[in-house]
Amino acid sequence: MLTFSFIKYIKVIAATTCLLLLSACGSDNDNDVEMPDPIPTPTEYSYAITVTNLTYAQPLSPVAVVLHSDSKMWMTGEAASQALEKLAESGDNSDFISDSNVLASNSGDGVVMPGLADTIEVITTDRNATFFTAATMLVNTNDAFTGLTGVDISSMAIDDVKSWNLNVYDSGTEANSEAVGTIPGPADDGTGFDAARNDVDFVALHSGVVSQDDGLSSSVLTQAHRFDNPAIKLTITRTK
Amino acid sequence: MRTSKRMNTLISASVLVVASASTLAQDLSITVTNLTQGLYFTPILTSAHTSDSHIFMSGAAATAELQAMAEGGDISGLVSILSNAEANTNENPAGGLLAPSMSTTYTLTNDSANTHLSLVTMILPSNDGFVGLDSWEIPTEAGTYTINLNAYDAGTEANNELVNGGGAPGVLGIPAAPGGDAGTNGMGVTDTESNTMIHIHRGNLGDDMLDGGKSDLNNSIHRWLNPVAKLTITIQ
Repeated sequence: MLTFSFIKYIKVIAATTCLLLLSACGSDNDNDVEMPDPIPTPTEYSYAITVTNLTYAQPLSPVAVVLHSDSKMWMTGEAASQALEKLAESGDNSDFISDSNVLASNSGDGVVMPGLADTIEVITTDRNATFFTAATMLVNTNDAFTGLTGVDISSMAIDDVKSWNLNVYDSGTEANSEAVGTIPGPADDGTGFDAARNDVDFVALHSGVVSQDDGLSSSVLTQAHRFDNPAIKLTITRTK
Repeated sequence: MRTSKRMNTLISASVLVVASASTLAQDLSITVTNLTQGLYFTPILTSAHTSDSHIFMSGAAATAELQAMAEGGDISGLVSILSNAEANTNENPAGGLLAPSMSTTYTLTNDSANTHLSLVTMILPSNDGFVGLDSWEIPTEAGTYTINLNAYDAGTEANNELVNGGGAPGVLGIPAAPGGDAGTNGMGVTDTESNTMIHIHRGNLGDDMLDGGKSDLNNSIHRWLNPVAKLTITIQ
C-alpha cells in the first residue's frame, strides 16, 4: 500500500512530463493553405477483470464492470442509488451498468458459483474512462454485495495487474430478515428487488448472515450460507 | 522547568535538522470511518508515540487504563499515561459517539520522536470490545494511506451481552446500546472470560428475542465482521 502510493505518484509525474513534451511539439505551419488535421486513430484501452468467488455457498450474480470518470458509485454512510439497490437485492445489474456516469461497461455472462472464477473484458476508446468499478450480489442474502468503486486506473500500463481481496457491503435498502420469500438465490428463490426501503438506508459493511442454525429462527438460510471477509478476489489486468 | 525543557527541545530539534530532514514533525490529517451498520464508537483516542510505546498489544494483558476504555469508553487514564510519555494525542474528535457509517476528521501533529501511531475506541454495544490500531509506523513520504481496523476484546470482562449500564471497570455488563435497539431480560451468554489477554474479538452473538433469550443484543443488528473501521491518513 505504501509503496503503491509512492510509485503511483512517480508515474503521475512521469505521465505529466510526457504530456508537456508532446504539447510543445505543436504545429508551426506557415502555409496559407489550411491542411486538414489527420483523423487520429483512437487508442483502445482494454481491461480483463477476473473475479474469484471465495465463499462456501454464496453464488455471485453476474459481475458488473464499469469504467467512468472520477466518482464513486457508492459510499459508506450514503444512501444506495436505486441501480445499486436493484443489483444488491436481486442481482440484476442492468441499471447499474447503464448508469448516466458510465463511459464503458460489461457484465459477466452468468452466476459465479463458489470456488469458481469469471473473467470479464471491458474496452473503451474514451480517454476519460480512467476510473473503475465492479459489483456483484451475494445472492443468498437480502441485500449483500461485494466489489470496489472509483479506483484510479489511469496509471496502469499494458500488462499491469492490480489485485484485491474484497469485503462484503450491505446496501442498507432491505432489512436482513433472511425470511422466506425475501432472498432471490437458490436458498429461497424469493423476491429480489423491492423499491421500498425498510432498513437503515445507508451503505455499510455487512455484519454477516445469522442463519437458522445460529439463532435466527425465522431465517431460511442455514450455516452453509454464512460468510466472512473477504468474499471475492478481484484482479484487473490492462490488456491493451 | 518549562524553560529548560523548551531549551532541550530546541537543541535536540536543531541537531535533528542537521541529522536528517525526514524526522521532522509531521502534520497528519486523519479520518476515521465507522464501517458498521449498527455499532457505535465511544470517544476516539489517537496518539503518535515513540516506537517502543504501546496503548495495547495483542496477546498481552490489558492495562487498567485500557480496561477503563474498553469496558466503559473512558479514555482519561490512557491520555494521562500518554501525556507522561510525551506522546502527541487527539481526544474525542467526534465530540461523543461516532454513529454507524459516520466519519470524523481531525489533525494530529507529531513530534519527531513520536514515529508510531495508535488508536483505540470502544464498541457499543459490547462488554469490552474495542477498535484498535497498535503502533503503525508513520511513513515519512507524503501521501494518503488507508488502514482497515479490526475489533479486539480486552479480555477483561465476560461477554455476557446484558445491557445493564455496567460500564465501570470490573462491573459485568454493557453500559448502553445507543441505537436503542437492544432487548431486555436476557439470561446472559457467558459469565466467564477464559482468554484474559487482548485478542481479536469473536463478535457479538445476540439472539432473536427482544425479551429474554440468552443475550440482550440483536443478532441481526449487533454482530459484525472485520474490518469495523477505516483509517485514512494524509501526510503533507
